[in-house]
Amino acid sequence: MIEFDKVSFEYESGAPVIKDLSFRIEDGESVGLIGANGAGKSTIMKLLLGLVQGEGKILVDDIEVNKDNLGKIRKKLGFVLQNSDNQMFMPTVYEDMMFGPLNYMVSREDADKKVNEVLDRLGLQHLKNKYNHKISGGEKRMAAIATVLAMEPEAVLMDEPTSALDPYNRRVVINTIKELEQTKIITSHDLDMIMDTCERVILISGGAIVADGRAEDILSDKELLEAHHMELPLSLSREK
Amino acid sequence: MTPLFYVIIGIAVDFQNRKDIRFCHKDVYTYYMNKMEKALGELGHMDELAVQDSPVHGMNAGAKLLCTVIYILVVMSFDKYDLSGLIPMLLWPVLLYQMSGISVRTCFYKLRIVLPLVMAVGLFNPFFDKEIMLHVGNVGVSGGVISMITLMLKGVFCLMASFLLVATTPFDNICAALRKAHFPAMLVTLLLLTYRYVGVMTEELAVMTDAYHLRAPGQKGIHVSAWGSFLGQLLLRSMDRAQELYASMLLRGYHQHFHYAPVKPFKGSDAVYLILSIAFFAIVKYVNVSELIGMFFVR
Repeated sequence: MIEFDKVSFEYESGAPVIKDLSFRIEDGESVGLIGANGAGKSTIMKLLLGLVQGEGKILVDDIEVNKDNLGKIRKKLGFVLQNSDNQMFMPTVYEDMMFGPLNYMVSREDADKKVNEVLDRLGLQHLKNKYNHKISGGEKRMAAIATVLAMEPEAVLMDEPTSALDPYNRRVVINTIKELEQTKIITSHDLDMIMDTCERVILISGGAIVADGRAEDILSDKELLEAHHMELPLSLSREK
Repeated sequence: MTPLFYVIIGIAVDFQNRKDIRFCHKDVYTYYMNKMEKALGELGHMDELAVQDSPVHGMNAGAKLLCTVIYILVVMSFDKYDLSGLIPMLLWPVLLYQMSGISVRTCFYKLRIVLPLVMAVGLFNPFFDKEIMLHVGNVGVSGGVISMITLMLKGVFCLMASFLLVATTPFDNICAALRKAHFPAMLVTLLLLTYRYVGVMTEELAVMTDAYHLRAPGQKGIHVSAWGSFLGQLLLRSMDRAQELYASMLLRGYHQHFHYAPVKPFKGSDAVYLILSIAFFAIVKYVNVSELIGMFFVR
């Protein structure tokens, strides 16, 4: 369970990026965070991961996000960055996947087992010993997801997981996300992907929630989306 | 088809002196590589070298690190005129290069940018120290020339040894060994991140120089008037990316320890390597091996 209770945050004083934000995400939910550029989606992720500290209370499984609990919180939350190059910093995919579990003191044998399980599940065994600087963008994105899953997080957070991918790789990533059993929070401008993967959508504008509800309801509301610099998903605009 | 298209665009852009075709597709960079991107490839190649399989690669990182440090200290301790005493120190890295399967040529190729800088040390010695110290045939060699060559060789030997360490040991393992030797965590993290950020900075530099050249037809290098903003942007962009990279490490449990680096255990062979190396350094340092060999031939 993830809960934001009256959370506010500002980078510069007097210019709040997040204003009095409150919402709750239950275990196993798939939630899409959508909004125009600068709406505050990424900041919400950073607040949740404890990368920045704001006012108000953020709880993850009843543990408050603060300096003392960062280790526990981050073990529960896996974060897939928008730029996979920044996520994959070890020489090979295998070493990158081992990085997280070993840091959390999982034995080398158990970590290896976990890594192989994830590689099998995602069909990525062929990437195991590949060098990160030699794999394609799509492969790197999948490998980045694999590095996070190897840590067995309770919730997976993704920042624009389908950006800069070709249609085939985009579909592969979407199918992978759909199969994840964990709680998912996905920020994206790819509303078709959000439609495919999330049952709930939170629309953020100016650091506040303007709509929170079923994905079909919010993503089909043309007026609401356009009022906040967004458009209907392509699949829906074609139907209409 | 796509790669072919990009190659053609790449050639066309070059041919047209980049006047007419303007593009900003990210993938173009993959095919239209500039020098920075080649440098990035070389950085990646270092990681590949470090995980090869050889007796040297299989050694304990701590033992290799200790030997390298001692080697550098011993090399640096030679007197500036002790050229003949210094030369046998070359044997140690050359032998290890042979054992590791990494050619000395690779080392010199990779270090081609730094080597001239190292060689430049002592370049002015011949002008200040003109006293003739020995004769080669009829030609007198001054102390300045000897000290210049000694300093150059010291630099080259130290670089060879350092390169050997990095090329046969993954960088995280070197950091793990440093931590085991109780080096401050902050210092080791700084070293690790510097290594990681070299790649990040080079990547950003590659993108920026490409973007610059595509809109600056016919220019060689970056115009002086753009240096300030170019460097400023490079710094800001690199810092942004570096921050994200560090956040990614933190989010996966990094806490200045190196549990994830597979440190090879200290074995009997590592002890033998350590003892033999130190013995060799001691012999070369205190016995003039070159002179000794020379005595067999000259009476």
